[in-house]
Order: sequence, then C-alpha cells, then structure tokens
Amino acid sequence: MSVDKDTVKRVARLARIAVSDAEAEKLKVDLNTILGFVEQLNEVDVTGVEPMTAVVAMNAKMRDDVVTDGEIAGKVLANAPGGADQFFVVPKVVE
Amino acid sequence: MTDLTALTIAGIRDGLATKSFSAVDLTRAYLAAMEKARGLNAYIVETPDRALAMAAESDKRIAAGKMRALEGVPLGIKDLFATEGVHTQAASHVLDAFKPTYESTVTANLWADGAVMLGKLNMDEFAMGSSNETSYYGPVTNPWRSTNSNAPLVPGGSSGGSATAVAARLCAGATATDTGGSIRQPAAFTGTVGIKPTYGRCSRWGVVAFASSLDQAGPIARDVRDAAILLRSMASVDAKDTTSVDVPVADYEKAVGQGVRGRRIGIPKEYRVDGMPAEIERLWEQGKAWLRDAGAEIVDISLPHTKYALPAYYIVAPAEASSNLARYDGVRYGLRVPDDDVIDMYEKTRAAGFGKEVKRRVLIGTYVLSAGYYDAYYLRAQKVRTLIKRDFEQAFAAGVDAILTPATPSAAFGLEAMALASPIEMYLNDVFTVTVNMAGLPGIAVPAGRTADGLPLGLQLIGRPFDEEMLFRAAAVIEDAAGHFTPEPWWQA
Repeated sequence: MSVDKDTVKRVARLARIAVSDAEAEKLKVDLNTILGFVEQLNEVDVTGVEPMTAVVAMNAKMRDDVVTDGEIAGKVLANAPGGADQFFVVPKVVE
Repeated sequence: MTDLTALTIAGIRDGLATKSFSAVDLTRAYLAAMEKARGLNAYIVETPDRALAMAAESDKRIAAGKMRALEGVPLGIKDLFATEGVHTQAASHVLDAFKPTYESTVTANLWADGAVMLGKLNMDEFAMGSSNETSYYGPVTNPWRSTNSNAPLVPGGSSGGSATAVAARLCAGATATDTGGSIRQPAAFTGTVGIKPTYGRCSRWGVVAFASSLDQAGPIARDVRDAAILLRSMASVDAKDTTSVDVPVADYEKAVGQGVRGRRIGIPKEYRVDGMPAEIERLWEQGKAWLRDAGAEIVDISLPHTKYALPAYYIVAPAEASSNLARYDGVRYGLRVPDDDVIDMYEKTRAAGFGKEVKRRVLIGTYVLSAGYYDAYYLRAQKVRTLIKRDFEQAFAAGVDAILTPATPSAAFGLEAMALASPIEMYLNDVFTVTVNMAGLPGIAVPAGRTADGLPLGLQLIGRPFDEEMLFRAAAVIEDAAGHFTPEPWWQA
C-alpha cells in the first residue's frame, strides 16, 4: 500500500499537525519508504496467532478505590501557557 | 591528588568511605570537567547549585556514618526523566519551558540513595533517533574519534548525551532509556556499558512516554560493576506504574565476577546479516571464545522471526507514539502558537513544536491506526510480536541461559553522514537491539573491541525475563577479557 499527497494531508489533519504542500510532498516519500519496508510482514503466517497485548504476563493490579491526591490546582496549572485563575485558557470554541 | 573524575562508582564509594576526598570535591571536579567539555553538547542544562547542595548533604551523611548506596555519586540525567523544578523537555521544542512539579520514580530512587544531580543530558527528540541528531538542542559529539581523522562522529542515540557524558567522564554514571536500542547502541558507540532491564523492572512513572509497551529505563556506566550498582538503585515496583513488576530487586553487583562456568550461551544464526562488516563478525567470534574459555557451553540456536522485528517495531512504536504525543496541544504545558481558532492553535503548535523525525513517526502511527488500516498493520504487527517473543521463549526453554549477539551493525558514523539517507537506513542501526524490546527481555551492551581505526565496538547479551544477574555475570567475563576503553580528552584542548 502507498499513500498520495492528499492522504498525507488527511492523516496530518487527524494528527493535528499543520503541513505545507512542500512538506506533504516530502512526507509522502518518507511514509511510502516506511510502508514499503513494513510490507514484508505480509510474508509471515499469523494464522491462529494471538496479538501481543501484555509484555509481561500478569494480572491487572487492583488498588483501593480511594482519593490519593488532589487540591493541587496550582501545581497542575504551573506550566500552562495560558493559565489564569485556576483554569486552562483556550480560544473561544462556542459562539 | 589523582583526577577524581577517573574513578568508577565503586571507586568513589571506597574513596568517600575512607574520607580520601569529600563529595563536594568530587562534584567540583565534575563541574570543572563539564565546563571544559561544553563543545561536546552532552548537557542541555547544568545544575551546579543543586549538585553542590546535594554533595554537601552527602558529606554530612558520611561524617555521621550514614552512607547510602550511591552517596555523593554525581550523575547525569537524560532529559526524558521528570526532575522537579528543572528543565524536562525530552529535547523537544514542544515542551518549551516545561519544569515538572514532580519527580520521576527512577530519579527519586537515585536521590533517596544519595546520588548527586549534575544536570540534564541531551538526547534525540522524544527518544526518536539513533544518532542524537534529532535533538532541538543540536547534536552531541562522540568523545571518540577515528585514529586517522578528526571528523566528528555521532555518539548514537537516543541516549547520546548519556553515553557521551559517561565516556568523556562528565558524570560517574547516567540514566538512559531504551525503546528500540537507545541505551545499548550509544553504549556500543562510546565504549561504555548500557543495560536495558526487563520490561517492568524500572518504573516508567515520570519518564516522558514514547512507546509505552517498549520503553524501559536503565543506566549507562563506565563498567559492568557500575551498571549493576546503578540498576539496583533505579529498579523498583511502583504503585504509580501498574506495568512495573513486583519481583524483588537483586543485589546485581554480587553477580559480577561469578562467571559463566557451566552456563549455556546461545548464538542465533539469524543475527549474521547480509553485509555485516568482517570486524563485527570477528568481534562476535572473539566473544564466543572468551565465554567458552570461561567455562560456558556455546550452542547454535535459531530465532526465525528476527528479520521481522524491525518492520513490526516501525508499526508498533509509531502507533503508540502517535497516541502518547497527542497530549502536546499547547493547552496544559509547553509551547503554544496562538490562534483565534482552537484547531488551528493545535495544528500550528504541533507543527512548530515537533521536529521532522517526530512528525514522520506521528504520521505513520496515525496512518496505521486509522480506520480501515488497523487490522492490516497494527494487529498484524502485534501478532508478529507474539512470534518474536515465542522464538526467545523456546530458546530459553531449551536450556539457553543467555544469548550473545553483536550490539550494532557498525561502529559510530560521522555527524551528518546519514543526512541524505532514507529513514530506513537510520532505523537499521537497531537491527540487533530491537528484538529485545519487542519481547520485553533484558539486554546489555558491553565494549568488546575496536575497529581498525580505533573506534569501540560492543557485544550484546540477551537474558531471560528478570535474570539481569546472568547478563552481569557474562558481561563481566567479556569485560575482563576485552579491557576498558577510554577516549583521549581532545575536547579539553
């Protein structure tokens, strides 16, 4: 499978990365190189093979359903580029 | 007084215990060495005030007879680890000005054992790269140069700053991380020892995520013993990382020197790749001979799905990265490129904040996870991953204790030598290391020889899950035979 420039722009939109036409052209070449490389996986017979979902076999850990922290709004907002008055600030999203 | 930066961690421990020097003296020696080596670009940020305060605290502890495991040991920290109040950007512009309000579990463990932080180390952006050339802060220069040229070489990546700082004696040891080879490949390129422990051995909490099912922290050190000392302090089960495993942390240092007599070392035929340089082939033969001479039994094994590990990795890792990196949106932390429209703000922020390699991988990941392609790419790659892991399980079930392979397909290459190459050529650097991440196993790179023009080369040992001790035993045998590798300090001139 290979991608065209429009597909690159669509995927970039999904990934929320602005790309110019020139960048999309270059990315198309790179992506097709990588997709061509991974094509060889089609040689492998995976009939009846379970996909790997956990690296180490173990039961999901449980913990008590209790509050372990909180009341740290200042810390949570400390690095926000537009934080003000205990809120994250973003451009207006509803008219 | 001898040069304090020449001491290993074990040597520092002895010297501080006998009060031959103080922790503050030692830290000052490192700060001076760092200043002279700024041209190598190993450190992104130096933290001298914090280092001296921590060293002074260590001196108090030593005076009170309360030395901890890493008391006064000056360490460099890869920029991927969250350090409270100190620059943590994964060498990316998108995390512009980010200073965490919390500490990663691994670094918290190190400080609790008395270690001293010298600063934050350069790396490939978000740990994506094999040459440390994708950093927003510019490339790192390898302290090694070829005997017949002064051309700068890369230190490997992504932990290139860690490997350079250890090799050039700009820290006694360093933290690093490994998603496809990012500890072992730079260790091999710089004549240092690097171990990626079993997935789940170290907590990933507070480590900036790249590919969560592959990422694992580990140390880069001057020798095998130092790597063992550091890993013992870094490793822990952690309630904040549910993938960390509750298996007791061994006293790895005790394994160093226990030898390999009667142990079985597997040699996988699939690692003899086309076009492998004769020097690497000879190194591998030499490694086998050293282990055999030490009493190990060398057996040929087969890991038939080896060649599919790298293509499967380049589906799984970008897929996980595209998901993990979705959080960098200009709202909660880091860079924001303002716009009146919120979607445009996201898109402009991410376009300005991510470098070329990161964009490439986020797009590949987004594509292979998108509707209609998930089964063909991601699901198939996860099935191939099961087969790769099964190959190793069968080899270990047949009685193999560890597997010996080359660490890298070449020695360090020139800065910008790969600038015009396709991305795949760079990815091939990880051909011997990536299998280990896909299977979640521990792997160590240990220096074993040099190329004709004097550059270090490493061998890799792969072990059973949570049998890091076997790796330290076997790596120490190779180290004893191969000796140590120290570059000439040309950068001080």
